[in-house]
Amino acid sequence: MLFELGANAVVSGLLLGGLYAVASLGLTIAFGLLQVPNVAHPTFMVLGAYCAYLGNLLGVDPVIASVIFAPAFYLAGMVFYQAYFVCFERRGRGNTLQSFTFFFGIAMVLEVALILAVGVDLRSVDVGYVGKSLAIGFVTMPYRFIIPFVIGSIVGGGMWLFLSRTHMGLAIRAVAHDDKALRIVALSPTQVKRHAFGIAMLTAALAGAAVIIVNPVDPFIGREYIGRSFAIVVLAGMGSVPGTLAAAVIIGLLESLVITFVGATWAPGVAFAVLLATLAIKPSGIFGIAR
Amino acid sequence: MRGLVFFIALVVVLLIGAMLPYAVTNAYVFYAGFVALQYVVISTGWNILGGYAGYVNFGSGAFVGLGMYAAVFLFKLIAAPLVVQILGAAVAGGVLGLGMGYMTLRIQGVFFSIATLALTVVLNTIIVNWSFVGGARGITVLAPAPTWFPSIVSYVFFAMLVLAVLSIATARWIEKSWIGRGLAALRADEQAAECSGTPTLRLKLFAAAVSGALIASAGAPYPYYASYVEPASAFGLAIALNALAMPLIGGTRSWIGPLIGALLLSGLEQAATVTIPTEVNLLIVGLVLIAFVVAAPDGLLGLLDRKSAKGRVP
Repeated sequence: MLFELGANAVVSGLLLGGLYAVASLGLTIAFGLLQVPNVAHPTFMVLGAYCAYLGNLLGVDPVIASVIFAPAFYLAGMVFYQAYFVCFERRGRGNTLQSFTFFFGIAMVLEVALILAVGVDLRSVDVGYVGKSLAIGFVTMPYRFIIPFVIGSIVGGGMWLFLSRTHMGLAIRAVAHDDKALRIVALSPTQVKRHAFGIAMLTAALAGAAVIIVNPVDPFIGREYIGRSFAIVVLAGMGSVPGTLAAAVIIGLLESLVITFVGATWAPGVAFAVLLATLAIKPSGIFGIAR
Repeated sequence: MRGLVFFIALVVVLLIGAMLPYAVTNAYVFYAGFVALQYVVISTGWNILGGYAGYVNFGSGAFVGLGMYAAVFLFKLIAAPLVVQILGAAVAGGVLGLGMGYMTLRIQGVFFSIATLALTVVLNTIIVNWSFVGGARGITVLAPAPTWFPSIVSYVFFAMLVLAVLSIATARWIEKSWIGRGLAALRADEQAAECSGTPTLRLKLFAAAVSGALIASAGAPYPYYASYVEPASAFGLAIALNALAMPLIGGTRSWIGPLIGALLLSGLEQAATVTIPTEVNLLIVGLVLIAFVVAAPDGLLGLLDRKSAKGRVP
């Protein structure tokens, strides 16, 4: 009995890890690589969830709806980065704490705007696979967890290939390393960063669909993801995609075990404990380079 | 000389505050005044770490909530008087600030901010699971009738006034002493400060502890004020946003900036509650915060300075 309970907890933890991976990948790029502390990312993810909800109202599958909305998020990300660049980086005010405050303000404004626009009620999507589950032996896997896991795996794998195999991906990693060197080889660091930020924002749309498939969404849900996503990015080692996937699975597993064996109300504390432990023991993270 | 004027001004404010409950009968004055003074304490407390040292704390809501629940805990445990509740809250807040600082300030300022972002969720989790202080349902606190004051609201109003005066005095003392100069040095350039012998870590930890203690003490009189506390509103969104917005609007370099910001924001809020919904109010605060961070990072005080410095040669 205990073994079955444990096995189920581990499997759902793994699946949860997929969801957390897609929720954190945007921050891995924005904060891990570009050093832009985009606290508003989880709130944009909630916006993505509402876009998926909107698509679902019109009869479109939430995942497909989020893919349709993704280019808009990409463009919004580019505009958003440009605004940030004009306000802070170009003036030589790369002060992280000021930009932190800026993004915190954006997150609050967006959250309140969502409250005003859609209200505080929980919204969920209505699709066939939510509510059904796949049983293998004594392990049951609800489809509402499997789909986000698949999204997480595809986006994570795709991101890893993109950053390691394509020219643009290499440029993004280079700009994280040394943006002056990029100028020397005649690439505009700002352009590369704008692109990267757009991609980070694009993942928010996909993550939104994943989130609303797993659970009903209200405008406040982003707050739960702020701590969790930053914990994952720090545990991963800033800017590491494989690290993000591993860290997301670790946090997913831990939360799932806590939910099963301690109590669901304690789960929100897990990410914070992991974050503090990482900072205390190994601030460079599991896949990160020491700095 | 200036110090003397400042001291006398504080004493006069306290005396007026002590007399007010007998002169004014309209309870609204005290209800609104309590909130304004609470904002002054939060804003001033936040600025000691956020403004002087430049380490942004996003978890003010957690500290205020901690103060409220420390007061509730002491009240339920030993029916502690308000003074003891406030002291208990201050100690709890100081320890939390020190602990957070010790875990994160050694590495990079960014991590401190990230950790404080997550703090509210964690404290909320703990309180929800702790049935002694009411859990998720909340708890009713019936304050005993005060001996010296005509009503409970004027009593907590005066307590908050004392806290406000103490916090402003503390902030001014820190600013004018070597601690303030050390904090200013590490804000400008931490490595340079460290190299010239400023004990940066100790100063940061000191600022984190004092700041945490002040913000938490601002929450302590709240259970008596509202007579009901529950986690969802105790760890709400508004305080974290306001705590950040007030000093940034007023100006973070001097103790007077957070004071101006707090009075402006609480005034706006009082005017707004009767005319527009709370959400719209938060939206406005958020937009003003963004505008100030982008256009006037030194707040209103910075704008005044810039104006008066225009004629001079830089």
